[in-house]
Amino acid sequence: MATVCAVIASTHHPFYLRASTATGGDRPPFADEWVEKILSFRETLTRARPDVLVMVGSDHFHQLWLDNMPQFLIGKAPTFDANWYNEEREFGLPRMTLAGQEDLAAHLLRTGLDADFDLAFSNELRIDHSITCPIITLRPDADLPIVPIYTNIFAPPLPQPRRFVALGRAIREMVESWPSDLRVAIIGTGHLSLELGGPRQFGPHGPDPDFDRKAVEWIATGDLNGCLREVTLDSLHAPGNATHGFMDFMLMMGAAGENVTADHVDTLDLFHTMEAYFTWYPKGSGL
Amino acid sequence: MSKYLLDKFLFTVDRDPELVERYRADPVGTVDWWETEMANRLLNCHSAERSTWLAFDDEERRALREHDHVALFGLGAHPFLTLTLFIAMFERDHGPLEYQRAYGAALQHLSLPYPDIAT
Repeated sequence: MATVCAVIASTHHPFYLRASTATGGDRPPFADEWVEKILSFRETLTRARPDVLVMVGSDHFHQLWLDNMPQFLIGKAPTFDANWYNEEREFGLPRMTLAGQEDLAAHLLRTGLDADFDLAFSNELRIDHSITCPIITLRPDADLPIVPIYTNIFAPPLPQPRRFVALGRAIREMVESWPSDLRVAIIGTGHLSLELGGPRQFGPHGPDPDFDRKAVEWIATGDLNGCLREVTLDSLHAPGNATHGFMDFMLMMGAAGENVTADHVDTLDLFHTMEAYFTWYPKGSGL
Repeated sequence: MSKYLLDKFLFTVDRDPELVERYRADPVGTVDWWETEMANRLLNCHSAERSTWLAFDDEERRALREHDHVALFGLGAHPFLTLTLFIAMFERDHGPLEYQRAYGAALQHLSLPYPDIAT
């Protein structure tokens, strides 16, 4: 059976590429510290020696539209093109291509359906910064095949937080049951407190530092009980109108395991939204 | 009223570089053209398979014609779609992050709960 060599949860601040590659007067004052943190974070994946990456993200109204909106979707294709015109335009993100791992994708679809998750699928998916940002930060060579998994955190009605957690748990179990000798890293990105298109956007910090503090603590300690007690679809409006993306962090907590402490925790208090980075090494990973 | 149709306008314009420029330069003409030609186009289907029932109301038409992102927020247009398109059109006229902050400042009078965006 496959080995889950690392479980990684991260934010996906799309300004990293520009900030980290800027020079001279254009280079922001926080860039060096950000790069240092990302390099440490990257090392946590490198040392896990992954063969395949399961990447959990969310389409930001790029390919998926309101005339047919999946809640949870798995990409099963030999190749995934990546990044969209409006991401090139706004963030300077380059076009990329990534190989797919169709065998694992098929396994996740089959076993996911059998576990009562009515998963959608796509055989031709262009992925966006929710997946390419962690590629840029964690695996910039983009050399490993991926299975992209999209979750709906934008277009209400959304699934309940407990459903995200359950899917995360299921993804972990399904990868572990994949008949393969390969090492799989499960990587997911989500939002901490974040406002997009609303009054509290683009401030000097994220809109709700108290929420962020609590959220980082929940994630770092695997405190699913504490988190599920406080987080509801209603409550997530308050920290910022895009904070439903926090449910992808809850999905990754499900994948990492209840009350399992993260082996790597780091945060960066940035303009607009806080960055946060978490890595867990499961028992079988040898790390 | 149709939040879905507002969102469809924002989505289809934002993803097309030519439409972004047209909407910036000629919002009245673009909204009129779009409502006639595009509002009833099923996006993933052959153009002959048109819908029959989609149209803006007066308030929606006005908000789009006047680039009024505050009115659009109030109408329940998806804030991420509005923001992304308006940044595409207007960021170029300002210094770094200046437009984004001004956009937020124009919404300062609003408090929670924000208008419902469910379609």
